[in-house]
This record gives sequence, C-alpha cells and structure tokens, in this order.
Amino acid sequence: MKSVEVVAKTREEALEIALKELNVDESQVKVEVLEESASKGLLSFLNVSKIKLRVSIKEDITEKATRLLREILVNMGISAQVEVFKRPGYINLNVNGDNMGRLIGRHGKTLNALQYLINIAVHKDNKDTDRIIIDAAGYRRRREENLERLALSIADRVKRKGRKEILYPMPPQERRIVHLILQDYNGVITYSEGEDPRRRIVISPEK
Amino acid sequence: MLVKSIVDHEDEVQVREEESDGALLVEISVHEDDIGRIIGKRGRVIKAIRTLVWATAPPEQRVLVELAE
Repeated sequence: MKSVEVVAKTREEALEIALKELNVDESQVKVEVLEESASKGLLSFLNVSKIKLRVSIKEDITEKATRLLREILVNMGISAQVEVFKRPGYINLNVNGDNMGRLIGRHGKTLNALQYLINIAVHKDNKDTDRIIIDAAGYRRRREENLERLALSIADRVKRKGRKEILYPMPPQERRIVHLILQDYNGVITYSEGEDPRRRIVISPEK
Repeated sequence: MLVKSIVDHEDEVQVREEESDGALLVEISVHEDDIGRIIGKRGRVIKAIRTLVWATAPPEQRVLVELAE
C-alpha cells in the first residue's frame, strides 16, 4: 500500500500536503497520527505545535475482495479464474475452475461463509457499501432460477387452495429473491418468520 | 490457514495448530477488543470461519477450531 509521512503544524496542513503528494482526495486515504506535540494551556502561543501523520492510499474494495478470494483459493488448493463485474450496489466475483463443488459446499454453505467473511473484511475500514457477491460456476444463478420456479409453483398452489404454506429455511439473500419474485404476484402475500439461520418464508393467500 | 488475518484490524492474530486424537486443533488467538468481532452476532463469524476451514482441510481430516481465551 502506498503511503507518505508528513510533519506539519496542524493536522489540516499535514493532510493537505500528503494528499497533494499522493494525488488523491480525502475519501481514498487512511490517516494515522504518528506523533503529536500539542501546545497546551496559557503558554500555547510560545510553543510550536507539531504533528506527524501517515497517510496511506486505501485499497479499493473490489481489489481487496479479489485479492482475498485469490489467496483463499490458493489455500484451498483450487486453481480457478476470478472474473469481476460490477452493477449498481453490487460487485460480482465469479469463480470458474476445478473443484467448484468443494468451494460451494452443501447447499452453498461454504460459498456463503466465504462471501460473508469477505464482505466483513472489505467493509471493515471502508465506507463503500457495495456488497460483494461471490459465485462459483454459475451456482447462484442456477439457484436463483430454481427459487423462482419453486416460489411461483407454491404461490400458485396457495392461491388455488387458499391455504398458507411455509417454505424451508433460507439465508437472507435467497429470501430476498423469493420476496421480490412474488411482489407482483396477485393473490398472495409473503413474509418471514422465525430467527436466522432458521428464518423461513410464509406464502399466504391475500385476505 | 492464513484465512484468519482477513477479519482483524490488529496484527495480533496468532494461529496455533496441534494434533490431538487424530484431529487437528486450530487455536486462534486475537486481541481482546477483537474477540467480539471474530465471534460475531450469535457466533456467525466464527461459524463461517469453521465452515471455510473444514472446506480447506482434506475431507477425512477432523478439524476443531477454537478461540483462545
């Protein structure tokens, strides 16, 4: 990570010098105070205050997520390609290679754990709110299609029989998909009940 | 097992591995202030770490992941 150390009379002054030198703006950097000798009390006008800052360029979250993901894949002994594409609010990392089953885990358990940890890691010291979505061999896309089919067929049955049905527990991301699909479906409403990780969707007839 | 270092802001992360009864014990120790962070809400983070460690280890290898006090 690129960084500079600057000594100046005030924090503002030091930061300004550093930003000019790095040629970036304030949102792209991390600032640490290394030394500070503040002038205190009544005699302050006699002292000269001094501050030393270290200003480093923050890694952008896409770079960080990709780097972490690659590191983990190497650790798992999986050779694979990582493909990045962005859409508003999301950064998708698609992995393709050998041993994708191991990366995905049963019902996507490993893939979800990995995605969760990488999201925590990249958002820890960065305000960027884009979510990282990790997919392996198109697993999430296929899952989405399956969920869509499931949601529609159950909604159909609920409407026909006029009786509510409870789906099996799903992670938040999958529940969101089901809610979205059935949002515009007339005759049924959806809501969730229970606590994570056993929170489930209920599809119920309207009125 | 470098995986752990991704979660913490401190450099005070230590990972110790030990063989016991045919299982591999992985002991993680972190800075006091990071303990909450590594456990997560209702243990969500530590569970995710375990899941990932199990997936990394060979299938026949039993692995226990513990947090040092």
